[in-house]
Amino acid sequence: MRFNLSSGGAMAFPATFLLFCFVVLPFLLAFMFSFTNQQFTSKNSQFLGFDNYKNILSVKTVTLRAELNENGDKVFPKMRSILRQDEEWKRAKPLYKIPFISHEGKQVYIIAKDVTFWRAIINTCLFVLFVVPLQCGTALMLALLVRKKLWGRNFFRTAFFIPVVTSMVVVSIVWKFILQSDGAINQLFNLNIDWLNNSATAMLAIVVMSAWQGAGYQMLIFLAGLQSIPEERYEAAAIDGAGPLQTFLHITVPGLRNTILFIIISTTMAAFALFVQIDVLTKGGPNDATQTLVYHAVRMGADQHKIGYASAISVIYFIIILIIAFAQKHIMDKGE
Amino acid sequence: MYVQTQSQKIMRLAFHYTAMLAMAFYFIFPMLFMFISSFKTKENIGQSLTSLKGMITPTDLTADNYIYLFTHPNSHFWSYLANSIIVTVSIVFCAVIFDSLMAFALQRMRFRGQKILLSIVIALIIIPFEVIAIPLLMMVSKLPYIDIFNEGGITIQQGWINTRFVQILPFAARAFPIFLFYQFFRDIPKDFDEAAYMDGANSWQVWWRIIMPMSGPVIATVIILEFLFAWNQYLWPVLVAFTPDVAPTPVGLGTFFSSEGPELGRIMAYGSLITAPVLIVFLAFQRFFVRSVMGSGIKG
Repeated sequence: MRFNLSSGGAMAFPATFLLFCFVVLPFLLAFMFSFTNQQFTSKNSQFLGFDNYKNILSVKTVTLRAELNENGDKVFPKMRSILRQDEEWKRAKPLYKIPFISHEGKQVYIIAKDVTFWRAIINTCLFVLFVVPLQCGTALMLALLVRKKLWGRNFFRTAFFIPVVTSMVVVSIVWKFILQSDGAINQLFNLNIDWLNNSATAMLAIVVMSAWQGAGYQMLIFLAGLQSIPEERYEAAAIDGAGPLQTFLHITVPGLRNTILFIIISTTMAAFALFVQIDVLTKGGPNDATQTLVYHAVRMGADQHKIGYASAISVIYFIIILIIAFAQKHIMDKGE
Repeated sequence: MYVQTQSQKIMRLAFHYTAMLAMAFYFIFPMLFMFISSFKTKENIGQSLTSLKGMITPTDLTADNYIYLFTHPNSHFWSYLANSIIVTVSIVFCAVIFDSLMAFALQRMRFRGQKILLSIVIALIIIPFEVIAIPLLMMVSKLPYIDIFNEGGITIQQGWINTRFVQILPFAARAFPIFLFYQFFRDIPKDFDEAAYMDGANSWQVWWRIIMPMSGPVIATVIILEFLFAWNQYLWPVLVAFTPDVAPTPVGLGTFFSSEGPELGRIMAYGSLITAPVLIVFLAFQRFFVRSVMGSGIKG
């Protein structure tokens, strides 16, 4: 067989080679490493089967029963001393105290071998749950505001889009000063909250900041969607006596159905990758309150050099993304 | 029929503008705060932080922060900026060439494995970079690197870590831009190619002389999307580039932020400086940006 420089294969070669080396290969390696105890530096690694996944995902309940001490008071034994006897679970930590079945004589805890991972999953899901409606809702509102050909609409559209072109590192640092405890937000609302150093509010602050940064992008996609709704439908609605709210609910929303779906799904996928804000602002703290999947994987891999373990977390993250993608396909196909 | 009286119309318009102004303030305020603070001393910023009005009131302005960044050897600003420009330009350039070539081959040529290659490219769009970052880090740390710019002549060292090169190559070809080119090429009539082939052109000439000159809009889209991605990316550089001679501006700002914590003015000046180029490019090519984002969305 003669090599032909003008063949399609030759033209496709550079990108195919690059994609194979830097996307396909590391993707396959992620699966391979996830079944080993691969370290960053050591040459030899052992096959572990599903051990990494077991260590990441294992949870169980532990019941502590109160005992009477010498003074006759009810005291609970230390979690440490109970777990120490169990070779498999001795490094596990309590994740959650189940409230309903716990009472003064008994405490039931859910413990996990990798508590940080479970915190990361819960935090990431919470982030997605809050940021997606906030960001998409803001974006739709902005799109509706600048849709009409009013004076100055270009200026406003530009203003709303500026955060999108700004680096997330810059955004995070600027917001840190706005959010600090003696800062303007607290002064404005007459509060005294150290937003980023309080485990109850840190994630909320990051949600608001992230929605602020990203909404302009979805606004433009909504604008494209709004343009595709025929003007006649609005005219017909006006003739039928529909007010602004009715027009919105019965003309705009159905007309944007596919756009809304696309935006919700793509924002959800992007939100699952939350990393930069965490790395710049909180480093996962305080008390793991802002740990996320990607941040945990990066800490495990790049800082602790546990490539095998970090790869397993990456694979779990990928499976979540895949489920969302299939959900999207399913919903889209159903609509057509 | 839904009719509005004159006063209702005015009320609604007033409400509309109030809403737009409020949102514009919300979206511009942090950027304005950054820009104005970059001309203030750290003491001045510290005092201004307690009120919204103070944060954006220009008082006692000074250029010291910028002078420090431009002239002080510890700031390494020019070095970070040069790295960012080299890496970004390389990624954008490679993307336009390699991705359009690939899309041309997939859309216009016939070769073995073409169908399966197309399905693979489309499947790759779904893989987020975050999934492959750690294995890729492991991989590049083991690859040999031939250093031709070394003072002692050409040397071979192990690992691509802490080079500019390693920040470019993984993004030299990406699945999504290939898909954008592919979609665009599909709508260009084949008559143009056939006429060129009749005149004796080969496939490379058809790609470069016929198809690419007709693909202005999609080239602009890919340039803009790759530029935004490359200029602002953080996860990969923070894993593979550490020192000022190779690290890009976001990593530089992160380092600067942790080392110069109290020097608010300098940090704000740094932030303003790395935002300004993107902002200028954005304002100059706004129509292309808007079209790119609008077009990249719906067709997925």
